[in-house]
Amino acid sequence: MNKRQKIAPVWRVLTLIVLALFVIFVVYPLILILYRSILDPKTNSITMENFTRFFTRKYYTNTLKNSFKVTVVATLIAATLGLLMAYITRQVKIRGTKTLNILIVVSYLSPPFIGAYAWIQLLGRNGIITGFFNKLFGIQLPGIYGFAGIVLVFSLQSFPLVYMYVCGALENLDNSLNEAAESLGASNFQRVTGIILPLILPTVLASSLLVFMRVFSDFGTPMLIGEGYRTFPVVLYNQFMGEVTNDNYFAAALCVIILFITLVFFFLQRWIAQRHSYSMSALKPMQPREVRPLSKALCYLFVYGVVFLGMLPQVTVIITSFLKESTPGMFTNEFSLVNYRTIFSKNPLVIPNTYLFGLCAIVLVVVIGTLISYLSVRKRSVLTSTVDTLTMLPYIIPGSVLGIAFLYAFAKPPLALTGTAAIIIVALTVRRMPYTIRSATAIVGQISPSIEEASISLGASEVRSFGEIMVPMMMPGVIAGAIMSWVTVISELSSSIMLYRASTQTLTVSVYTEVIRDCFGNAAAYSTVLTATSVLSMLLFFKLTGKRSISV
Amino acid sequence: MGVAIEVDNVIKRYGDHTVINGLSLDIKPGEFFTLLGPSGCGKTTLLRMIIGFNTIEGGEIRVDGQVINKIPTNRRNMGMVFQNYAVFPHMNVRDNVAYGLKTRKVDKAERRRRADEMLKMVKIDQYADRMPAQLSGGQQQRVALARAIVIQPDVLLMDEPLSNLDAKLRVEMRNVIKRIQHQVGITTVYVTHDQEEALSVSDRIAVMHDGVIQQIDTPKRIYLRPANEFVAGFIGLTNFLPADNDGGTLDFGCGYRVPVTTLREGAQKAVTVAARPEEITIHPAGEPGIPGEIRSSVFLGTSTHYFVALNAEKEVEVTVPSDLSDTLADGTKVALRILPDKVNIFNRESHTSLIREGV
Repeated sequence: MNKRQKIAPVWRVLTLIVLALFVIFVVYPLILILYRSILDPKTNSITMENFTRFFTRKYYTNTLKNSFKVTVVATLIAATLGLLMAYITRQVKIRGTKTLNILIVVSYLSPPFIGAYAWIQLLGRNGIITGFFNKLFGIQLPGIYGFAGIVLVFSLQSFPLVYMYVCGALENLDNSLNEAAESLGASNFQRVTGIILPLILPTVLASSLLVFMRVFSDFGTPMLIGEGYRTFPVVLYNQFMGEVTNDNYFAAALCVIILFITLVFFFLQRWIAQRHSYSMSALKPMQPREVRPLSKALCYLFVYGVVFLGMLPQVTVIITSFLKESTPGMFTNEFSLVNYRTIFSKNPLVIPNTYLFGLCAIVLVVVIGTLISYLSVRKRSVLTSTVDTLTMLPYIIPGSVLGIAFLYAFAKPPLALTGTAAIIIVALTVRRMPYTIRSATAIVGQISPSIEEASISLGASEVRSFGEIMVPMMMPGVIAGAIMSWVTVISELSSSIMLYRASTQTLTVSVYTEVIRDCFGNAAAYSTVLTATSVLSMLLFFKLTGKRSISV
Repeated sequence: MGVAIEVDNVIKRYGDHTVINGLSLDIKPGEFFTLLGPSGCGKTTLLRMIIGFNTIEGGEIRVDGQVINKIPTNRRNMGMVFQNYAVFPHMNVRDNVAYGLKTRKVDKAERRRRADEMLKMVKIDQYADRMPAQLSGGQQQRVALARAIVIQPDVLLMDEPLSNLDAKLRVEMRNVIKRIQHQVGITTVYVTHDQEEALSVSDRIAVMHDGVIQQIDTPKRIYLRPANEFVAGFIGLTNFLPADNDGGTLDFGCGYRVPVTTLREGAQKAVTVAARPEEITIHPAGEPGIPGEIRSSVFLGTSTHYFVALNAEKEVEVTVPSDLSDTLADGTKVALRILPDKVNIFNRESHTSLIREGV
């Protein structure tokens, strides 16, 4: 009923402020990238040279091909694993589902490259498992690198995303649909393929595309485990950060290419989600049922097996963090805290930095995100819709591209932010914003407008109603979302790695740099601190919300 | 106590779409005034214009003689009760009721005293410290009512306050609302699509359709003397029968003629007779009356409801007080007569009432 109502000036001013921030920190850097991608490095004239260079050389186009290959294969495997895991845990009574859920989320939230490095520890040339087989059979296994290695890491790291989304969809599937199908004479197989699969397929597709976008733009994993197998993001990183070849304008062109690809997949994902989604809410969700012992054993084996594989990198990292290294990468069996001692004395700022940046980003994300979602739901206007659309932009910007864009945009006054803590905090905030806004928007949508009207009719001003009624009502949901944001923010790598200096180094950056330097012991210790923080935050989340599952 | 509300030729537009085009009505001080109509008729829109959630595109609304068009909602001093209660879920019952006093900077002790007094009045003082989630729908609506009245508003507005309650609670709550409105004597505007509810609580009712007021009258007159065919059809159950007005005598064709005394002078020939099920009587076939055949019957306790076919398309509903005599079997041929002083007669072209004043 309240289309086109009048909007109080205070909301207008706030909207304009938020809009200005997004123009400065999202639109402007992106435009700079677009602009530089069509500049000639020498003459500064407009040219398509950078793009022609990319598309005419096999060396570059191959990386794009490679990227698509690993991404497609990893996405398919991740989707299959995630779907099966979700369906089995929903249909079969499996003990310890809550713990499994936490473990699954933890394996998802740790940065993928940690998985890569841990798998090298296990299956690499000198890996523990490789070494075991080498000794057993007297052979020299090559170790898992290149295509297989990248796919292994990405599949195990990404299936949780599909798992979480599909779990959510299955939770909303009312059991009466199952019962109706059964009463109409459908066999178990017919019921699953004819009723359940079609209903959750949109969710599977949508989450698979998220996996696709994430995997496609990740550079840490192929960097570590890819060796000769070069993917697109690796070339992008090298072009920009590399000491030998450093061509900013060419790097900008690469950014534009990857932006274009993620944009296409983003719209594909949106299109599928809108066109093929069913609104379901279950009064009586499907209940796990008892099955025959053999199937049950297989289900247990599968579920625990997948979770074990997903957690294996984490476990490896935690164990090695407590071992002494004899030579780099070779761990003795001796328990020691030397790695922890090293990391605390080496750069004592790392942990405080991580927590501080994370907290600042979360506060910003929560305050701005809550405001934006409120404005775009309740004070709909052309202006707020514009802000709403703009805030979705970071969703499609790969972290490394955002990092590069920030370096372009904020190197010189008036906004000389390069090397400051502020630039990292802003990058983290911008990257997390779309997720927070999406969940906060859902929360606002669930609150009836008449609650606010009641408050206004009782004499409160609009701002007061927002502060005294809306904010307290939104808080529980927003806080729950903030904890999840916190966990993702502290494990962010791809933009921080572009923006950090020694004084603003964070945990993930430290893990990465230590791995690159072959200081695996230190890397393991850093990584363990990160994992411990994530697990504790997750436990807090479960404690506060009383939920058993999570959405990211 | 109580103030008058004058709605003077107001217009409501959403973009190019005009929902209400020049509507006027006067509400008397202390009156329980109901806006009744099917969904989409503009009744809630009008209510929200009075409280200020909707802008007014033309005309003016005056409360106690003062134009309120430009006064923001939070300074209009009107209490509102919402369809979904809109009780603040994060405050306990007492804080909910006291919220409007807090915004009016009433001091804490006084706030508590007045909130508790109001809770007693709506009979939920024993739940003062509970959170809304622990209350039933009916109890929550009592909180909403107390919260709206405690600020001593000039006007109390209610937007379908009972439609989320179950049938039994609805009857109970409408009596509560009526009693408290009477006690406080506050001018009340009540919106509902439920005609029974409207008839039972209101001093006067405005029946609305497509943004236009069809009739403003007391519940009794709305029911017994509807101003036009829409009102007759919307309120209660009505059978519409075509007839000719032959100088004060209704001719239904088929030889059935009835003189009526209620027709106004110079009424047209072509009329529509609106007869409620209880305004038709059933007689043996062959006697004077409109011939028909019983299709089916439903026993409803106090009365028995017959569906009588007049021809292939036309079916009328008739209720007969129940007694122990046999229910007429399906297929029985009958003759129907109307109660001439009770039925309403409308102009067949303009659909407006042809009943003269004073009957």
